[in-house]
Amino acid sequence: MRNNVLLQKLRDWRVGTTLVMLFVAVMWLLPTIGLFVTAFREKTASVESGWWTAILDPFNTVWTTAAFEDVLFSENWNLAQSFMNTLAVSVPATILPITFAAFAAYGFTFLNFKFKEGWFGVIIALMIVPLQAVIVAVLQMFVAIDEWLLTIPGNEYGDFHLSGEYPAGWIVHSAFAMPLAVYILRNYMMTLPMALIEAARIDGASHFQIFWRLVVPMSVPALASFAIFQFLWVWNDYFIAFMFVGNHSVMTYQLLSMLGQHGEGWQIVMAGCLISIVVPLAVFFGLQRYFVRGLTAGSVK
Amino acid sequence: MTDLITAIAAIVLGPLATFGLYALLNFLINLLPTDKVREAVRPYVFIGPVLLLIGVLLVYPTVQSMVFSFMNADSTEFIGFENYIKLFSDPVFLTTVGTNLLWVAVVPITTIVVGLFIASLTDKLGTVRERIFKSIIFMPMAISFVAASSIWRLNYQWDAGDTQIGMLNAFVKAIGGTPIAWMQTDTLALNSLLIMVIVIWANAGFAMTLLSAAIKAVPEETTEAAALDGATGAQAFFQIVLPQIWGTVVSVFITVLISSMKIFDVIWGMTGGNFNTNVLGVDFFLQYFVYNDTGKATAVVVLLMLAIIPVMYYQVRSYRKQEEIR
Repeated sequence: MRNNVLLQKLRDWRVGTTLVMLFVAVMWLLPTIGLFVTAFREKTASVESGWWTAILDPFNTVWTTAAFEDVLFSENWNLAQSFMNTLAVSVPATILPITFAAFAAYGFTFLNFKFKEGWFGVIIALMIVPLQAVIVAVLQMFVAIDEWLLTIPGNEYGDFHLSGEYPAGWIVHSAFAMPLAVYILRNYMMTLPMALIEAARIDGASHFQIFWRLVVPMSVPALASFAIFQFLWVWNDYFIAFMFVGNHSVMTYQLLSMLGQHGEGWQIVMAGCLISIVVPLAVFFGLQRYFVRGLTAGSVK
Repeated sequence: MTDLITAIAAIVLGPLATFGLYALLNFLINLLPTDKVREAVRPYVFIGPVLLLIGVLLVYPTVQSMVFSFMNADSTEFIGFENYIKLFSDPVFLTTVGTNLLWVAVVPITTIVVGLFIASLTDKLGTVRERIFKSIIFMPMAISFVAASSIWRLNYQWDAGDTQIGMLNAFVKAIGGTPIAWMQTDTLALNSLLIMVIVIWANAGFAMTLLSAAIKAVPEETTEAAALDGATGAQAFFQIVLPQIWGTVVSVFITVLISSMKIFDVIWGMTGGNFNTNVLGVDFFLQYFVYNDTGKATAVVVLLMLAIIPVMYYQVRSYRKQEEIR
């Protein structure tokens, strides 16, 4: 009798399912635990023994933050600077496309013009364009712009140029974000109460005012979801930064060079890796709900 | 220090310039003579900048790439289909295509199965346990491919000596096997398969999230009725739940399918496309930056796009259908 009660309780708690999921979760986490442990080890230890030996014998292990000091501030890596550079790419490359897309989405939702559906279809269809398809022509275009800038008086030495600078990265990131951003934001704006916007029109508000005062505030959930999505995308990007913002090394670039020369020890790579994922993880855990919502809406990307 | 100032100035000035652009356009329109003209031009203030942006940075460069794919290595003369003919008569390129097909065959289906497995298990647990497990599975989705590559390069590390600091080789040794240099081993595409594991590790959370939302939307009456009729858990899942979430399954499948066709970054981080792990997306970079052959590089991209178009068309069409149903 007692046995039956116990069995029933185990079933209610779903002990079996929990154990299976626990196993899956541990398997999923193991590589990341290795990352955390290795980042705090000494150089010789990190290349001579597996990270699990440190956990299994934590009191005889020397734990140190030396690797972090090295990657953050040494001449060689200077990740502190790269952190700022990554922010300088990511923040505008998030705000810009959202602004552009919000305006366009308003136009596609509340204004009438020729070939409206056609233009919208073209923008959505551009989701198929992979990054590789535009690299050749865009690099050439930026070089041509720089040559033209040289003809401006006072800029003979090319101090003022586009290639390799932040704006080049913002522009490319904005263009690639546009199809999905316009799609998500228009779908959201279509759900807004049309009567409210018409009432504002009758009261004499201009489209510009309606956009800023009514539609943007009401679209905050969609804007926030996309902003988080886009920010993480840009922060984690390597290729666009590498090809178009070459004059300011971002963190993914530095991390890949660390990986290329891990003769310095795995603790260096892992400390760098940890610093580079702090922001994405903070955004992810802090704003998980929005992130998931954005992901659900943007499942095309 | 000057770098720091540049970075801060960039963060402030970039967005300001954009807002200024729209304010300026709006101001200019208000200078136009009649209401009728103003209203006719106004839509283009809203959509114009976007059309310009994607016209210059997406449409024109893509067309340009198509043109380049019919030209020689330094784009000075037209050579017809020669780039394509050369590519398809090159056994190395055919291996690249084969590896890409393997990605398409393995990753989408595995991601779906793993995602479904986790979604249906966590669905049975209490809220707290469900949230914790889901966060853990979902977390790799937030980090970059470079970070993922760093983590997994250590995981797959092979050492010449007696001790193995890579988890996989330590495991192999513990069960009495011989440690292997995983990323250099292309027998049965072992290295490619191990890179796929990374992508599944990173993307399963995405599949799990969407599928879990779909499972929760399945009406309880249907599963309860099945339970009353004496259906086992598995029967109920395959005959009652799965048919009702099939739309989501297909949509997630296609999304992962497209990303598997385009895959390149994680391969770049793990092997750089060496040891027969090359795919179309990586081959572009090799052709363009390493072999300096613009013609072949763009031909590779055009082939990639041609492969994606039908899948994307199907995806968009099914979206449209779903919208109509709503």
